Formats: sequence, structure tokens, C-alpha cells
Amino acid sequence: MADDTNTSANGRTVYHANRHAHPVKVAAAGVDVSYGDKQALHGVTLDIPDRAVTAFIGPSGCGKSTFLRCINRMNDTIETARVSGSITIDGEEVNDRGVDPVILRARVGMVFQKPNPFPKSIYDNVAYGPRIHGLSNSRDELDSIVENSLKKAGLWAEVSDRLHTPGTALSGGQQQRLVIARAIAVNPEVILMDEPCSALDPIATAKIEELIDELRENYCLIIVTHSMAQAARVSQMTAFFHLGHLVEYGPTEEIFTNPTDRRTQDYITGRFG
Amino acid sequence: MTDAPASSAIREAVSQRLAKRHRAEKRFRAYGVGAIALAVIFLAILLGSIGFQSLGAFTMNTLTLPVTINERQADPRGDGTEESLRRGNYNAIIQDGLRAQFPSVDDRAELRDLFGLYNGVNSASLMRKVVANPSLVGGTTDFTLPLSDDVDLYLKGITVSERFAGRQGALDVVVSDQTVRLESAEPAFADFLTVMRDELIRRADEAAANASRLESAAGAAATRDEREALLSQSRRQAALSVSLRERAEAQGDVVLGTDTPALFLQAEGGVIQVRSVSRDGRIAVGETLLPLQAEGPITAWTEWAVETPSNARRISDRRMVYARALEDRDMVRSGFNTILFTNADSRAPELAGVLGAMIGSILTMLVTMVLAVPIGVGTAIYLEEFAPKNRLTNFIEVNINNLAAVPSIVFGLLGLAIFINLFGLPRSAPLVGGMVLALMTLPTVIISSRAALRAVPPSIREAALGVGASRTQAVFHHVLPLAMPGILTGSIIGLAQALGETAPLLMIGMVAFIADPPTLGLSGFLEPSTVMPVQIYLWSGAAERAFEMRTAAAIITLLSLMIMFNAAAIYLRRRFERRW
Ligand SMILES: Nc1ncnc2c1ncn2[C@@H]1O[C@H](COP(=O)(O)OP(=O)(O)OP(=O)(O)O)[C@@H](O)[C@H]1O
Ligand SMILES: [Mg+2]
Repeated sequence: MADDTNTSANGRTVYHANRHAHPVKVAAAGVDVSYGDKQALHGVTLDIPDRAVTAFIGPSGCGKSTFLRCINRMNDTIETARVSGSITIDGEEVNDRGVDPVILRARVGMVFQKPNPFPKSIYDNVAYGPRIHGLSNSRDELDSIVENSLKKAGLWAEVSDRLHTPGTALSGGQQQRLVIARAIAVNPEVILMDEPCSALDPIATAKIEELIDELRENYCLIIVTHSMAQAARVSQMTAFFHLGHLVEYGPTEEIFTNPTDRRTQDYITGRFG
Repeated sequence: MTDAPASSAIREAVSQRLAKRHRAEKRFRAYGVGAIALAVIFLAILLGSIGFQSLGAFTMNTLTLPVTINERQADPRGDGTEESLRRGNYNAIIQDGLRAQFPSVDDRAELRDLFGLYNGVNSASLMRKVVANPSLVGGTTDFTLPLSDDVDLYLKGITVSERFAGRQGALDVVVSDQTVRLESAEPAFADFLTVMRDELIRRADEAAANASRLESAAGAAATRDEREALLSQSRRQAALSVSLRERAEAQGDVVLGTDTPALFLQAEGGVIQVRSVSRDGRIAVGETLLPLQAEGPITAWTEWAVETPSNARRISDRRMVYARALEDRDMVRSGFNTILFTNADSRAPELAGVLGAMIGSILTMLVTMVLAVPIGVGTAIYLEEFAPKNRLTNFIEVNINNLAAVPSIVFGLLGLAIFINLFGLPRSAPLVGGMVLALMTLPTVIISSRAALRAVPPSIREAALGVGASRTQAVFHHVLPLAMPGILTGSIIGLAQALGETAPLLMIGMVAFIADPPTLGLSGFLEPSTVMPVQIYLWSGAAERAFEMRTAAAIITLLSLMIMFNAAAIYLRRRFERRW
């Protein structure tokens, strides 16, 4: 037990050998985050591969969302949040003063825990991003962006005949897919998903998981989940957080079959968390 | 199975608690319904009494008089130019028109009563009519003018109680220079004598009651001086009661005076006012107010008893007679009081209207709206969405909340000191009034707009920021439209408050008497004007009964204006809500 605390205090993380073929997309080094006096993340360092799904797991309050929000600088919107350390996307520093968070967020899409469509039509929900970024020159182009995004999100078949009804009138699972379509529409490189299935039934969850698996072909996906099974099903890489520390990081099979740290073992076998 | 008794005990306890909870809920609902019922009742009483009060002001009696526009009076220079026509003596023309109706009237006092049927200000409207159509000069035309307020109220039956009774019989008429003597074999005037006696006894009883009330008040008086004053009043009332009773029971002729009911006789197109009646009710002596068209005995007449004594009414006996005569000739019409909505304020109640105040209110509210809403909403957006949370913004926030609690008259003082004395803007102007009210409304708008912005779920902001919208875009594309209904409601409440505000406007001189409505345009913003609530305040201080009614009518108008305002707000809000 004493040994464990030591590891945390030193911020020593167990890294498994990464046998992944894809290049690194997001690289974090020594990321500390504190909310006021309370430090929520302690020196998180990890490399996230492109065109793969990376899952963040860990008990509630361990800092998964906090780290996720560092990647697209959503923590800027929280007055008390202080972020230090380095995060790069394709080698470009995210926390640089010169980086416009608006442009960053166009590159790094985000899907929130609770589906939050705009109280506008389905069409406008998806078209909003492309509109503000000026991604389309004509109505037709915008139409095709909307159609493609909805198709990629697996929602097109269900809503193609009612694009102008409010997005808030969809079911929870449909709303979550709408929100994913909205994130895809601006053609991001990285998609962050914070517990995208926490409010969904198994069938809707299966659909989203299928979708995540498909999106993997083209995007770098990072997903926070509380479901071990989900992490095992959809992710290639898994990171385990505990009390603000990154405890263990490596290919999913290894984390689940051969965890090194005691806390990881306890967590994935359901002994705490 | 073993814990069955325990679980049933629990169930019982729960069901007992449940009954209690249901009772508490029912009680609470009953309180709610009671509170609403009470509020509705009070509102109904309030609106009912104001509405009832105002009834008399929404109709008016107008006189349509044939007037001869002779050249001498209307066109003093004789060249028919507008300038000359404007110098004409139109009041004399109206007076001649009235005299033509009553050829028998020539005495000064009689003429004063006759000309008092209307207000001289009406000559201006005849002048305008002639100037607009000079071909009227030399001819006779019908001119419609409102009757003066006393006459109007009298004809509406509000100020004077009277009764008419048709009679048959035989009255001998003996005319001797000033007086007329009416004699009958029957006691033709007995009914009136009863009226008279009842009235005197009623007043004697009233005086006696007053006397005893004053006496008991004297017993409880704190100081000796006060006691003695009350006692002497009481003695006076007692003496009055005795004398009234004596008069009621007295023998000999019954004399009608200014403190008794009055009696008129309408017959043969004329009117006789009775001055005294013999105790047996057979003989009446009086004077002719309007000459009878036939001589000889009268066989049918109308007994016109006015119970309100002439010293208790503002309209004189003769003016009543003239008004009724004109009414009998079908020259008086009662209709909707358009003057109330087409005129500005006037000293004469029958010519006073709310148009000036209404335009003043509209102009003032425009200024208030244009200033308070954009500034208030902008401030709210900045403070809520952009401002860093530090000491300074905290300080500003606290002070905005404090400003909302500042008495409105203070804003009036501020307006006087800064806008008028420092900036030199004109007094009484809607521009200044609007600026003062905008200051007063700002905190309300800011606070309610902030509340509306805060009520927008943060997930919407995150969603917008998450797809790469800038803060401004997130606010203006998503947060603001969602907060719009709330912002509108708050702004409307603030503006409605401003619409009903009086105190600060008194400070900047919008309480002046303004007889010409301000222009409903750009120049109107700097013209002296008043606003609806101030107009109500002004009229409520006037002595005339007719103004009292107009006060109620103006309140109803202001309330309707507010209801329209709020209806528009609700409609707007619905439209905004439906877009989502
Ligand atoms: N806005 C905030 N202000 C202050 N403290 C915060 C804020 N957001 C998060 N925290 C704190 O930071 C720590 C990490 O929170 P975070 O939301 O990242 O947890 P999480 O791993 O996502 O948990 P969950 O699985 O329950 O979503 C928690 O202790 C939390 O109390
Ligand atoms: Mg979280």
C-alpha cells in the first residue's frame, strides 16, 4: 500500500509498450490542472495515437473530464481553472497564447456527457459549425455537408424527412448522434467524447459504439467511459486515472488482461470505484 | 412471515403520516385558492369602483345650436381674409344664437345663467370652423358644442335629484306685473308639500343626529377648548334641527327658498317657478321664467320638483330651466365623449381630454425604451457573459441592485440637477422625462436580463463553444435568443413601471398645465408636455365633480394602455418562443 502512495506522489505512471502502428496525434507532457486551490490533475503525460480510439477510465472525480477538456481548452471557460504543462496536437502547442481556442475547437470536436443539441432544427444544429467557420460557399454545399455528417453519425435514415423539426424533439440516443454529427460537420481531426453513452439504453449504446468504431478510420477519438466493457469493446488504447494521476496507460488488451498497478487491477475487476 | 406484524405496523404508521401529509397539502392548496380569490375580489372591487366612477365621463351632452354668422361680427374688416375672420367675435355669435332660442330673456342675471350653459373657449372652435369654410359667413349654420360641466352632470342626473309628474286639472292663472298666481279648486300642490315636509324632517333628523354625535365627541375631547368648540357646534346643530322641524310643522304659507326643494311648473311651452304654496295646497305664487304660449286656465301641466336645494347644487334654477328647455327642443344630444380623447388638458372639465398626456406618455416611453432596453440588455450581457469576476464587477453588481431600490423621486432630482441644470435641456420635455425614467428602469432591465441569461443552461454555451464558436457568437447565436423571452418580460415590466411613474416627472416639471398636445414627432420630444399618470394626479386635485369622473376615466385609459402594452409583450414573447 505504501508503495502505491509513493507511486502517486512521484506521479510515476506505468506505460505499456505501444504496439500501435499509427503516429501520435495528441501528446501531453506534465499537465497540471487546478481549480482554485484544489489540484485536480498531477503531471499527466501520455501520447495518443491518430486514427484509433483511446479510452479514459477511472473512478468518479479522478480528473478524466478535466484532462479531456484540456485538449480543446474548454477549461478556459472556467474562471478558477489553471492549466500548466504542454499539450500538442500534431506537434503544435495547444496552450500557446498565440493559439486561438476558436480555431483549436474547430480542429478538436467535443461530445458532451449529456446530449446538448441547440434548440433549433436538426439541419441548423449540424449546419451551425460549418456556417460560422465558413466551410461552405453555397446552399447546396452546406446541404451536402449536413447530409454527410448525419450519414456518418448514422442518423440520416431516421431524420432525412424531418430535417427542419427541432433537434430537441429527438430521442436521447438520436440526440447524442445528432451532437456527434454536429461535431463531425466541422471536419475535426480529434473528437473528444465525455461519457457519450451514459444516458442511453443498450441498443442506442450499441449504435454509438458502432459509430465510434467507424469513425476510427478517419479520426483520432478520445472517449471517457465508466463502462469497462465499453472500453474493452471500442478502444485500442486505455488510460487509467486515479485521484488526478495517470496510473497506467497502454494498449487496451494489456490493461485489461495484464494490469501492472494494483489500483488498475482493483478498478477493472470492480473492487472499487 | 415472522416480520409481518412489524411491516404492518410500519404500513400503518406510514398511512397515518400519509393522511397528515395529504391534509397539509389540501390546506396549502386552500390557502392558495383563498389568496387568489381575495386578490381577484379586491381587483374586481377596485376596477368596478373606478369603472363606475368613470361612467359619467365617457358620455357627454352636446348642444347643437343654429347660429347666424353675420358679417359684422365674424368679419370685422369686411374683406373675408383669414386674418380678418380670425378677429371675429364668435362668442357674441354663439350668445346671439342662444338668445334667439329664449327671446324673453333680457335681464343681466338671466343672461349670465343662459350664457353659462357653455364655456367661452368654444368660440375658438367656431372660429376654426368658419376659417376653414369662409362661405359660412352671412348664413346660418348648426354649431355643436359641449355643454358646460355643471349642466352636463345635471342632465346626466348625477348631481341633482328631481322628479317630473304629469298633472291634469284646472289652474287659474292670474298675472300681476312680476308674479303669477295659480289657483285651483283641488289641493293640486299637496304632493309637493309632502315632499317638502319629508325633506325638512329628514334634514331635522340629520341635524339632531349630528348634534348628539358632536356632544358625545365633546365628552371624549382631550382639551377644554376642543370640548367647548364641539359643544357649541352641537348646540348649533340642535337649534337647526328644532328650526327645521318648526318649519315643517308651521302653519301658514310654505315659502320656497335656497335651502328648500324647488318647484317648477311646465305648461304651454313655458315654465313657472313657484315661490310659495298655501298650506292647503290650493294656491301657488311664483314667477314666470319662460313665458307660457297660451293664456287662460291651465288644464295639463308637469310638476317638476327639484329635491336638491339650490344652495346645495352648482347649477342655478334658471340654468336648469334653460337646459331642460333646450333638451325638450331636441337640441341636446348625449353621445360618446370624443373630446376626452381628442383634446389636451383644459381648465373647463367638459373640454379636458387625455390626448396631450397620451402623446406625452408615448414620446416619453419611446425615449425610455430606446435608452433603457439596449443599454440595460447590453450591460446584462457583458456582466453575465464576459466580465471577469473580480472586486470591481462585484462592486458594480451590488450597486446595480442598490439602484433598483432607490426611490424614484431621487432619479427625478438627479434629472433636474444634471439634465436640466447642467446640460440645459428644456424643462417638462418628454426627452428629459424619458431619460430620467430610463435611469430608473435600467436596474430592473439589467437585473431581469441577467436572470434570464443565467437561466439558459450552460450546456448550450458549451455546445456552441465546442463546435468552435467564439464567445460572442455563442452569446448572440444561442444564449441571447433563448434568454429573449425573459429579457422581454423584464423590460416590459420595467417600462410598464415607468409608464405609471409620477414622482420623478414632477421634479422635472412635467406637472405643468399644458393645453396643447405636443407634436407626435421629432420636435415633440422637446415641447413641454405631461404624461398620463401626472394628468391623473393633476385632475384628482381639481375641485369639480366632472374632473373627479375624468380622473377615473383617465385611470381606465391608462390601465387599457398598460393592458395593450402587456398584451403586445406577451404576443412578442410567444413569437420568440415559437421560433425554437
Ligand atoms: N468547475 C470546477 N470547479 C472546481 N472543481 C472542479 C470543477 N470541475 C471539476 N472539479 C474537480 O476536479 C476533480 C476532477 O473532476 P472531473 O470532472 O475531471 O472528474 P471525472 O473524472 O470526469 O469524474 P466523473 O467520472 O464523475 O465525470 C473533481 O474533484 C472535481 O471536484
Ligand atoms: Mg466527467
